[in-house]
Amino acid sequence: MSRGHAAMTSSEVDRVRSRLPGAKRPERSRRVDVGGIEVAVVEWGREEDQPVALAHGGFDFAGTWDLFAPLLADSGFRVVAWDQRGHGDSDVAALYTWEADIRDAAYVIDSLETKDPVPVLGHSKGGGMMNQLAEVLPHRVRAVINLDGIPNKRGFNTQIDRSDPQALEAELSGWLDHRRRAGQSSRRADTIDGLAERRQLMNPRLSMDWLRYLVTVGAKQDPDGWRWKIDPTLRFGPSGAWRPEWAIPRLRGLRVPYLGVIGTVEEEMGWGTTPEEAFPVLPDGAEFHALADTGHFVHIERPEDIASLVADFLRRVL
Amino acid sequence: MKTVFLDHVRSKLALHELRGGDGQPLLILHGLGEQSPSAVPISLEQWVGPVFALDFTGHGESSVPLAGGYTCEALMSDADAVLAELGPLTLMGYGLGGYVGLLLFGSRPKEIKGLIISDGPGLDGGGDKATSPQLLHVKAADLIGQTPDPWALAELASDIRPRDYAADHVRQIEILAGLDVAIVVASLGRPAWLSEIMTSAVVTDGDVGVGLSTFSRP
Repeated sequence: MSRGHAAMTSSEVDRVRSRLPGAKRPERSRRVDVGGIEVAVVEWGREEDQPVALAHGGFDFAGTWDLFAPLLADSGFRVVAWDQRGHGDSDVAALYTWEADIRDAAYVIDSLETKDPVPVLGHSKGGGMMNQLAEVLPHRVRAVINLDGIPNKRGFNTQIDRSDPQALEAELSGWLDHRRRAGQSSRRADTIDGLAERRQLMNPRLSMDWLRYLVTVGAKQDPDGWRWKIDPTLRFGPSGAWRPEWAIPRLRGLRVPYLGVIGTVEEEMGWGTTPEEAFPVLPDGAEFHALADTGHFVHIERPEDIASLVADFLRRVL
Repeated sequence: MKTVFLDHVRSKLALHELRGGDGQPLLILHGLGEQSPSAVPISLEQWVGPVFALDFTGHGESSVPLAGGYTCEALMSDADAVLAELGPLTLMGYGLGGYVGLLLFGSRPKEIKGLIISDGPGLDGGGDKATSPQLLHVKAADLIGQTPDPWALAELASDIRPRDYAADHVRQIEILAGLDVAIVVASLGRPAWLSEIMTSAVVTDGDVGVGLSTFSRP
């Protein structure tokens, strides 16, 4: 790449990022071995402050915290986030599972080198992961904050009707077809605007300024254009044998301070859990907020409000 | 024995041709922690067509993925890579391989021509009901790239196999495969997922020999 090209690229990134003055890239980054591959860990805030670990949602990456995390750090927390395996700047893996993602989370918490239990926060899939982490490692988790990742019996919004043989065949064989091609595939190259417009189809409530910013963080620039860094072998569905109802009594059984937040505007990427479904399944004494006029990405739509809810909750329970 | 290696997602899968020939291939799927036999087992000699055996990811001569993450669905996708290579075939599954065979049959009901399930390691998995989740550990010193991968042994012995999940797959076979007998169950072991599919009209009891002759018919 010529120096001129590099300079042009950097100014394009700077221009895109300058439209979101509140967003802030992490202050520190490192890599953590999770048993043969490495995940990328980033931090905002003073190293001596109380750590809080943030788990992003499926198909997201730690950069999706760039609005929220700096605000929480300003409230006096060491905010630690990581890219899950195959996402963002972490290594790709040959295999992916829910259990492996939770194991990786435990490695990240170990890397904080504190014996004290740590408050954890997760969005969407990350929220479900943190529920399970608090169950399997109750002595390592000080509090759980769940942002629009509270399960319901119906499963995800995108779930198919498994009693429809054509729909089920399409889902099962479609996943296998994807796997047959996946070894050779790469993400499609596009402009920053092009990638942002495609992501907006799945994130219709988020601004184009934010989505363009995300491209500069979650995508890499190749000679033929920008590509999302996420492992192209990853794909939604099939949900496999896992049943959402398994998670519900376990959530109810957690004994840590718990803050649940949901957005009440349904979105394709969301779980569609209503306030009426969410509240009764939360642990005893949980604090719960159902936000009006807010979609699935509560921390991106309302970073100041969520940061203040979270900081206030943590100050009370820690 | 001839061995070819299939590039599949990020794995190299060892596919062994135990016996060549014309006709419908039989594909052996081994149990948890096992690997392919090096010759056609006596119990399968009566099969008229060619006989192949697959080493699942992390087993036998196949590659060992880093940092685990095994699921029966990923192993099903390994077997699907053989289906892409060989075309329609009959499955002989031992233990875990029997369950993986059911998942593949239910997902590719028009391309699998029959499944025989026999006993072997990993037949039960982690049972049919949700159990307390746990954080699995493998000693770093044991992760030396050899097979069987310790992560496979740990993760595939605890996967939950709900009855309705098995039933979903056998229903796809009933509706879409167009076979009077699709699965012959030759195992003594009958975990819940296997008891569940026994209620289907296209699943019968019988020994391996019965299965081979059932699926050998043109």
